[in-house]
Amino acid sequence: MDTTRRGFLASTVAASGVAATQNMAHAADEHAHDHQMLPSDPTLRVKSLESLLVEKGLVDPAALDAVVETYERKVGPRNGARVVARAWIDPAYKARLLADGRAALKELGYGGATGEDTLVVENTPRVHNLVVCTLCSCYPWPLLGLPPVWYKSAPYRSRAVIDPRGVLREFGLTLADDVDVRVWDSTAELRYLVLPERPTGSENMSEEALAALVTRDAMVGVAKATLPQKGAQP
Amino acid sequence: MNGVHDMGGEQGMGPIQYEKNEPVFHAPWEGRVYAINRTLGAWRKWNLDASRHGVELLPPADYFRMSYYERWLTRLINISIKTGLVTREEVESGKPAPGAAKATPPITVANVEAAAMIRASARRPDAVAPRFAVGQKVRARNMNPIGHTRLPRYARAKSGVIERDHGVFLFPDTNAHFLGEKPQHVYSVRFSARELWGEAAKPQDSVYLDLFDDYLESA
Repeated sequence: MDTTRRGFLASTVAASGVAATQNMAHAADEHAHDHQMLPSDPTLRVKSLESLLVEKGLVDPAALDAVVETYERKVGPRNGARVVARAWIDPAYKARLLADGRAALKELGYGGATGEDTLVVENTPRVHNLVVCTLCSCYPWPLLGLPPVWYKSAPYRSRAVIDPRGVLREFGLTLADDVDVRVWDSTAELRYLVLPERPTGSENMSEEALAALVTRDAMVGVAKATLPQKGAQP
Repeated sequence: MNGVHDMGGEQGMGPIQYEKNEPVFHAPWEGRVYAINRTLGAWRKWNLDASRHGVELLPPADYFRMSYYERWLTRLINISIKTGLVTREEVESGKPAPGAAKATPPITVANVEAAAMIRASARRPDAVAPRFAVGQKVRARNMNPIGHTRLPRYARAKSGVIERDHGVFLFPDTNAHFLGEKPQHVYSVRFSARELWGEAAKPQDSVYLDLFDDYLESA
């Protein structure tokens, strides 16, 4: 790296109130060689990497199996749906959930990785909430599992903040002009879950049946919770 | 850094590609990459912010060409080499260097539930005073740090209102570069859509960002 660039780095770092150190200067150096490690065939590369890490004693393959199994089978949007259904039938729980998400989620046994500080935001006839992470892919793992590809993709991340109504139309949801749209960009270690509106006509449904109405998309804010279509499979 | 990862407000990215009944992982290797990321972190050679910065450092063309888990794989290899967990030669050959000692993994099938499923929280004790109060008008600083930051470009130099004080968290801008945690308050700041995007936006719409004390000045 040339000295001019390093000089620019030092002044930028100083201006942002961060101590300029050699460590920080390395950040810019890293651009130079990061692209040498392009995975040509991910399957082979990952196999080779895993076998290296196992042989070096850095990872336990059975622990990797367990992590995959957890996110494929145990953790997913059913967790969040359970929380939403509880909030719909229990006003006191809903009040606790909106006031202190972390404590109320813990009551139902949810917390852990990326779920330490979860805020629940409520949709009403006048307010619609939408969750995004414009900088990477932050998402409430314990409640929704791992995010779908569209949530992590450039079209959603770029447009959710500048054109939320257009994004929602693409998801088939047209909001009235007098609705407040609130977009939550997950820029720190807080995570967001949308509490959708309870559908009209669901008054006599059980908590379990209500939970089945709550989709991942409704809890991200790109859809509403709805009753099953007539004639559709329950 | 002003990288392509900071894409809030960019245009021309196309329509959202929605996949019905999407699987958690689209191929077994994606699951392995995810799991290796989650467990290798237990060696504490890096932290979450350094890891995020590893993706931001990918050259822009690679960032867009790669799938999500290809990015994770590439940054995992890069950061593992940089921090000395493995060498480039070992990654290329897939074999430990001759005579390399065998370590014992900190996360095994016996403790994976407890250890890997709980990520170290970024929250810190509330011993730091907040610089701003709920209801106060603030402006996001016009700053362009070359390292990691969680202040998106689209909010810089824009004014908003503190809606909530989330408490104290470690500061990603320093933590990502192993320059200390610099704990400080994080606030939910409401920006009106018109302040961010101009008159075409609906007057009542807004975007909320979680911003660190160091990103803000009073307005």
